[in-house]
Amino acid sequence: MVDKTERNMAPEKTKMPEQPPEERRRNFAEASLGYSETDALSEARRCLNCKHKPCAAGCPVNVRIPEFIEKIAEGDFAAAYNIIKTTNALPAVCGRVCPQENQCEKFCVRAKNGESVGIGRLERFAADWAAASGYSSHIDDNNEEPRKNASPSGRGLKAAVIGSGPAGLTCAGDLAAAGVSVTVFEAFHTAGGVLQYGIPEFRLPKAIVDKEINALKASGVEISLNTIIGRTLTLDDLRQEGFRAVFIGTGAGLPSFMGIEGEQLLGVYSANEYLTRVNLMKCYNPDYDTPIYKSRAAAVVGGGNVAMDAARCALRLGAERVYIVYRRGMGEIPARAEEIHHAREEGVIFKTLCAPVKILGDENGRVSAIECIEMELGEPDASGRARPVPKEGSGFVLELDTVIMAIGSSPNPLLKRTAEGLQTDRRGCIVTDEHGAASLPGVWAGGDAVSGAATVINAMGAGKTAARAIIKYLETSS
Amino acid sequence: MYKITRKRYLNPSVALMKVEAPLVARAAKPGQFIVFRVDDLGERVPLTIADAEPASGEITIIFQIIGLSTRLLSEKNEGEFILDIAGPLGQPTETAGAKRVCVVGGGVGCAIAYPQAKALHSAGVYVDMLAGFRNKDIVILETEMRGQSDNLYITTDDGSYGEKGFVTAKLQSLIEGGAGYDLIIAIGPVIMMKLLCGIAKKAGIRAIVSLNPIMIDGTGMCGCCRVTVGGRTRFACVDGPDFDGHLVDFDELSRRNSVYREQEAAAMEKHVCRLTGRETANG
Repeated sequence: MVDKTERNMAPEKTKMPEQPPEERRRNFAEASLGYSETDALSEARRCLNCKHKPCAAGCPVNVRIPEFIEKIAEGDFAAAYNIIKTTNALPAVCGRVCPQENQCEKFCVRAKNGESVGIGRLERFAADWAAASGYSSHIDDNNEEPRKNASPSGRGLKAAVIGSGPAGLTCAGDLAAAGVSVTVFEAFHTAGGVLQYGIPEFRLPKAIVDKEINALKASGVEISLNTIIGRTLTLDDLRQEGFRAVFIGTGAGLPSFMGIEGEQLLGVYSANEYLTRVNLMKCYNPDYDTPIYKSRAAAVVGGGNVAMDAARCALRLGAERVYIVYRRGMGEIPARAEEIHHAREEGVIFKTLCAPVKILGDENGRVSAIECIEMELGEPDASGRARPVPKEGSGFVLELDTVIMAIGSSPNPLLKRTAEGLQTDRRGCIVTDEHGAASLPGVWAGGDAVSGAATVINAMGAGKTAARAIIKYLETSS
Repeated sequence: MYKITRKRYLNPSVALMKVEAPLVARAAKPGQFIVFRVDDLGERVPLTIADAEPASGEITIIFQIIGLSTRLLSEKNEGEFILDIAGPLGQPTETAGAKRVCVVGGGVGCAIAYPQAKALHSAGVYVDMLAGFRNKDIVILETEMRGQSDNLYITTDDGSYGEKGFVTAKLQSLIEGGAGYDLIIAIGPVIMMKLLCGIAKKAGIRAIVSLNPIMIDGTGMCGCCRVTVGGRTRFACVDGPDFDGHLVDFDELSRRNSVYREQEAAAMEKHVCRLTGRETANG
């Protein structure tokens, strides 16, 4: 036990070392550098190790938070990492991209009088420490026993996972750990889903994603790239090939546009396209063949994390001015506080309570400006948030050459089109029960494909829930 | 990795390749396409599937060397590998009910038009094929097209082979001559498809075009390939690539296809400058 006298009662989190904003706004290296051992020890000692663990209840995958933090405080980083790995297959990812302020950290007792414990930062520290020191957990994800080296196919149970994003990877990892033979089918040429194509290098280095995927492969998970379920193979094909259970984790990849004039002009991107060109296709690296628009000034429409990512990418690709155009106010903006803070520091200009009306083009069909109108907040709408109402006569024009639409995305209908009987709601989200079971026998689903665009950690939670149900199904129905 | 089992040039800038891609070959239907990535640093580029042989697990692709990616692809030889092939993508061509069809191909578009003609012809539909080229030297697939049509008409811009003139004038004269088509399928340069659809529309004949906008994923994820059809935004990768030719905004498509023209030219120049090819460049 850590002596109480050693507790760190500082009201604020130990500062996260970062690249200075003026430097990082022009490079793709990671913006937050991560805690040193000293930082981590100091921050871990801010944890009161509460008996009732309110933080853990706020975590969708139930990371044993106070326990791992106590191990960090004791300097036993390996033990801390092992504890995290018992419930979370991707700690290096979650430590970086989880919205902790709405989950574990929201319930931290320290937050009642100051800032919460930096739980995400400590999780990242433990994962990065393990990676840097070559330490690998020999703990089974579910029962803390050393991982069984039994061949996964030894039990004759076979499951398919569609999509290699956070939901699919988590589900596959848990299935493999239970001795199920798992194949993950991925439409792209690289596994990782949104972790690869969506979240930029400066927030989540791809080497970390690759490492997590390699660990999964080492545990026996097969990954079949360039395989589009619904096109290359159908659900029926999978059944015929002996996959008795299927998990659908195909995400929410269908981009939305506003339907305003000028969206077909050259220089208008969906955030999906822009981020894919940057993150997956690496257009920022001159060795790659991927082209991108050389923006001088860009507007990103929307206020979520995807909008912040796109804006910060545009800066790094050389844009002199980058705007966030968001129709509600800073109080309503859905992006994480940390992302907004980072974007601001890097020089992104926030135009809140503004909505685009029309995109203007030049004689060559290229974007030349965006016309916006100011908004004010009215009565709450169906979502419970104040409805933005245009202010008459408040129109103004921003001159720029690039517009990126980051106003949300919905589940991709490709699989559903060839899967008769797969029930979806009116937004295209797959309908499931509380265990993730879909309307077809032997089919489960989870993550953004079910919830609509949400978070990495919620997708992981859904992958875990479905894995439990699939294991039970395979064991009882064989 | 997808092995190239056959490669030959149909003319100096158009190559045909057979590639081992068994799952794609098994599922492919006429009108569908693949996305390829030639190597680790490559772009994702869509190409129509010209033919598929489920028994041997091979697909045929025919492409014009037009930019860096097709150039790099053309530099691969038999026995070598293409890093990534994903497919089949897009909706198969829908020609139900057609009885007398004119399939028109322009240049390398004939490579995509030909399998359409073949599918219709083998289903017992009356098929005229109309193939246009700039000159005699770049005529491709003549024997194949002749074998899969009731009549094959070839035009060249300079009259060095077949009839002198454009496919548009030839289609006009065939319609006026009472050919009685109930469907025109047009595949080739955007301007050619636009003009052909204009002629078909005046004559009251249904028209299908196969579009080839810039794409990344080919599964509906990026929206890069969006086209305006009948005033609505459609994604060519999942809603197409075939569309009602009377509804497509061709001018917009033409503009959108030019978005990276300068960068593409620069990339090509950089590549050609490297005498020993890409290995050196990756260093």
